[in-house]
Amino acid sequence: MSGLPGGSRTSRVTIRLIAIQILVFSLLLTLFGRLWYLQIRNGDQYTAEAASNHIQQVVAPATRGSILDARGVPLADNETRLVVSANRTDLMRMKDKGRSVLNRLAGVLNLKPEDVAAKVRLCDAKTPKPCWAGSPYQPIPITDEATTQQALQIRERAEEFPGITAEPTAVRRYAQPGGANAAQVLGYLSPVTDDEITKAKDSASPLMRSDQVGRSGLERQYDAELRGKAGVTRYEVDNLGRVIGKADSDKAVPGANIVTSIDARVQAIAERELDQAMKDARKEMDRNTGTNYKADSGAVVVMESKTGRVVAMASNPSYDPNVWVGGISAKDYKDLTGKDSDYPLLNRAIQGQAAPGSIFKVISTTAAVRAGYSFTDHYNCGASYSIGNQVFKNFESKGYGPIDLGKALEVSCDTVFYDLAYRQWQKDGGNNPKHPADWFYKTAHDFGLGRTTGIDLPNEVRGRVPDREWKKRYWEANKDAWCKQGNDDDSYAGKIAKENCESGMRMRAGDSVNYSIGQGDTLVTPIQMATIYAAISNGGTLYNPTVGKAVVSPDGKRVREIKPTSHGRLPFDQRTRDQIDAALAGVATQGTAAWRFGGWPQDKVPMHAKTGTAEVYGKQTTSWFATYTSDYTIVMTISQGGTGSGASGPAVRKIYDALYGVDDKGGIDEKKALLPHPETGLPKIAKDGTIEASPIASPSPSGSPSGSASPSGSPDATEPAPPPPATRREDDTR
Amino acid sequence: MTATDGYPVRRFSPERGAWARLTARDSVLRRLDWVMLLAALALSAIGTLLVYSATRNRTELNQGDPYYFLLRNLLNTGIGLALALGAVWVGHRTLRGAVPILYAISVLFTLAVLTPLGATINGARSWIQLGGGFSIQPSEFTKITITLGMAILLAGKVDAGDRHHPDHRTVVQALGLAALPIGVILLMPDLGSVMVLLVIVLAVLLASGASNRWVAGLVGAGVMGCILVWQLGVLDAYQINRFAAFANPALDPSGVGYNTNQARIAIGSGGLLGSGLFHGSQTTGQFVPEQQTDFIFTVAGEELGFVGAGTIIFLLGVVLWRACRIARESTELYGTVVAAGIIAWFAFQSFENIGMTLGIMPVTGLPLPFVSYGGSSMFAAWMAVGLLQSIKAQRPVSA
Repeated sequence: MSGLPGGSRTSRVTIRLIAIQILVFSLLLTLFGRLWYLQIRNGDQYTAEAASNHIQQVVAPATRGSILDARGVPLADNETRLVVSANRTDLMRMKDKGRSVLNRLAGVLNLKPEDVAAKVRLCDAKTPKPCWAGSPYQPIPITDEATTQQALQIRERAEEFPGITAEPTAVRRYAQPGGANAAQVLGYLSPVTDDEITKAKDSASPLMRSDQVGRSGLERQYDAELRGKAGVTRYEVDNLGRVIGKADSDKAVPGANIVTSIDARVQAIAERELDQAMKDARKEMDRNTGTNYKADSGAVVVMESKTGRVVAMASNPSYDPNVWVGGISAKDYKDLTGKDSDYPLLNRAIQGQAAPGSIFKVISTTAAVRAGYSFTDHYNCGASYSIGNQVFKNFESKGYGPIDLGKALEVSCDTVFYDLAYRQWQKDGGNNPKHPADWFYKTAHDFGLGRTTGIDLPNEVRGRVPDREWKKRYWEANKDAWCKQGNDDDSYAGKIAKENCESGMRMRAGDSVNYSIGQGDTLVTPIQMATIYAAISNGGTLYNPTVGKAVVSPDGKRVREIKPTSHGRLPFDQRTRDQIDAALAGVATQGTAAWRFGGWPQDKVPMHAKTGTAEVYGKQTTSWFATYTSDYTIVMTISQGGTGSGASGPAVRKIYDALYGVDDKGGIDEKKALLPHPETGLPKIAKDGTIEASPIASPSPSGSPSGSASPSGSPDATEPAPPPPATRREDDTR
Repeated sequence: MTATDGYPVRRFSPERGAWARLTARDSVLRRLDWVMLLAALALSAIGTLLVYSATRNRTELNQGDPYYFLLRNLLNTGIGLALALGAVWVGHRTLRGAVPILYAISVLFTLAVLTPLGATINGARSWIQLGGGFSIQPSEFTKITITLGMAILLAGKVDAGDRHHPDHRTVVQALGLAALPIGVILLMPDLGSVMVLLVIVLAVLLASGASNRWVAGLVGAGVMGCILVWQLGVLDAYQINRFAAFANPALDPSGVGYNTNQARIAIGSGGLLGSGLFHGSQTTGQFVPEQQTDFIFTVAGEELGFVGAGTIIFLLGVVLWRACRIARESTELYGTVVAAGIIAWFAFQSFENIGMTLGIMPVTGLPLPFVSYGGSSMFAAWMAVGLLQSIKAQRPVSA
């Protein structure tokens, strides 16, 4: 090129031009390489990031279905509250990130500005609660207790509150009709956790971040049905979160209603009577400990005998389930679950377990018949029973002489069962068992003890049948501790430990004898005993108890009935059943429970009962009362409450009075009867979701809790005055 | 202007008609570099589509008219083409005489930016607002005037045949000529333009054949200058942030790092073929700031994919390749030096602009030549093309 005209070009310039050229093209190649790296090599990753960038979901929560009682009265439903929410996207667009708006809002709502600010901040690892765990595109509720006044202020001065809305919104309400709180049966809701969202991702009912999830009781059991399906609208948004298009949307599907077999009126009475019985028990002196009964917890189950449906289920201590609505406060949560609480979240009807005491004797009776002892033979009811050098006493050392098994049940004679159990123990080989028949243990299993009843409530406990297998496992788990304590300790507890260490793996005569009258290591729940007594009433079918009766779509059109199912039959023939049935009727008319059923119209509504008083090592006795008619079974228990009929009797009687409308003269007033026959139909739910249900008068029509002023017809008036404590009839032994 | 024996006799015949001149064998049309011209035109055409895609939804910018930017970009391109045509018609040699005036005007406008006439956009005071939504960025034009001014000084004595290489005195004069506007732009501060101008100065010195010592000295001074600027705190916090975010966008994902991050997501999500013009979610959702100007390449990356974005780089490569040929083949050092300055300008500015969207260069406010929306940059780029064409056209065809 230097040969060109005007050849002023030097080689220096030429070389430099080539260098520039090389540099230029290497820059371009660098760009190509980087472009390939971003688009081809890592393209998928950026595609995913772009998608999460511009698609945002706005979730319209589905209305949660109601939980209704048998007549359609809502036990849990939704109420409209004025919810003030802040739209975070709007706030963040403001110059001061919405601070001034939130401060003004705090002023209107009478809240602290810092509390309001804390509610709208997003949760992350560093942010302490309260904070917003949901999607930032979701309106964040500031309060659900705004007054109309406050809502109006916010809405009328909308220009002062950009991004703030005050809308009527459905929130859960536990209505407690007529005082029927049923807290443990209904359960409660709390916001869904990240783990649950991940787990439910691919299931049939995926969870939304805005969802509330049932945590216990019916809310949990029927969560999927109640929850419905949240409506999701996916919006394409731009960099400021402004909607630039609608990707797709699913309409919200409201949750179904659950019709239960609970009758709110009966439930209210059951709760009140249980509470009153416990209060009364605390006034009683326990002669064994020299202090008043603690009556620290109790439960009552009212069940339909022929179906296993639960008409009422009360657990005490209880609490107001509405504390969960809108997020529970730290203090309330501590009160419910802390070490110093009395654990009111526990449903003692299905989660409380204790030795059954004498209400176990129906099982022992059946076991004896199965083992070959005739029901009608006579067995000696002595004042005491000796095995070797051990003396097992009948209660108050009272003997009845030779009596049949029916009479033994009626008077709750312990020595008859001691004798039967001991003879059976010997037959099974005594301390050297050879292929033991173990009729008493086998029968307990056949009655459904030691396993759950299958009630449609979560976390039911199994109880325990202390059979040989259990004893062996238990001994293996504890022998080291026992043997150590037995060697070091000379006290009574030490001696017991030593004995357990040496022979705890064996079924000893004393164990079997104690077991036969429901004492010792046996554990049962109220629902198990209700299931058993209902089965005796209905001829032997062990029903899985149910609270849910039907799942009804919100418009009332589709109904899925929850049919009673059975988990077995009691192992006795019809004759034995009738004999036990007759004996239990005798308990109510002339036996240990008769003083509680004075004036009962036995000819019209045959009453059957069995009382029980279970001993608990280191504690006061547990009161048990199991009763049934042809329609209903009621089992009640009070921990550290005293004797069966003493502590639980009046309460159970009052529930029956209310059910059947029994007045003080023993007559039956059909008009006052709440539920003389179990409710068989379902409440009608109209197309628009309204439910026809007669409102519940409070106090309930048939009476009032004992202790309060009683209208005429209250069972209180008819009852013979309880005997003075000194001569109080004790209904049970041990 | 020496008559050479390579020219046919007809050259000196009486004036011909315009049509005859355009169709003649020695016509200027035949001597134009059509490959470069078409590549540049293609870049502007693609740019117009991308600008439209990026702005049709930006209601806060386009005043409710989705075609606002499209039409303006077409107008800008048209004006740019006219300026290029003018540059060819007048010729770079003839322009020599006007360069002192053009230089003076550009320096005056640059200074005016610092007066209350100037407008600050994105932290840099580098615009002059004219009425009717128009504004000019004088620093774009200084890229041309510095190149031309330095080339006249450096190539003057060499082209006259007095010296083989520019002497020290001339180099000092040329550097002084460049230093004045660069200093002013540094005060704005428009760091991106300063970087481009420094690279232009370096390339012009190299191409002029100036002594190696000058080249090494300039590079050394540049490095020292950078250190000084850093140490003395001339840089504003936002500029330092931009540097930090380019190295690690996660440092400040909602601030400066946001730009780089969103740009990278936009380009990365394009894949091989892109989401299709007007179908990019990042673009439609306006996730990338300044997308029609500095970040125009992200639209191509997202909507046209590797193929489309690669085509833009390829077309820029074509323009630069032809420009390099013109630089090498120019008969005079003046043409070579001007071409070299333009090459350095286009190459570095493209690399910086695309590199920042790809996350390999710090974020500075530089447009992508021909493609970005912006009148000043479009005019300057097309004027530069006109100059290159003039250099090509005004040398013997027989070469």
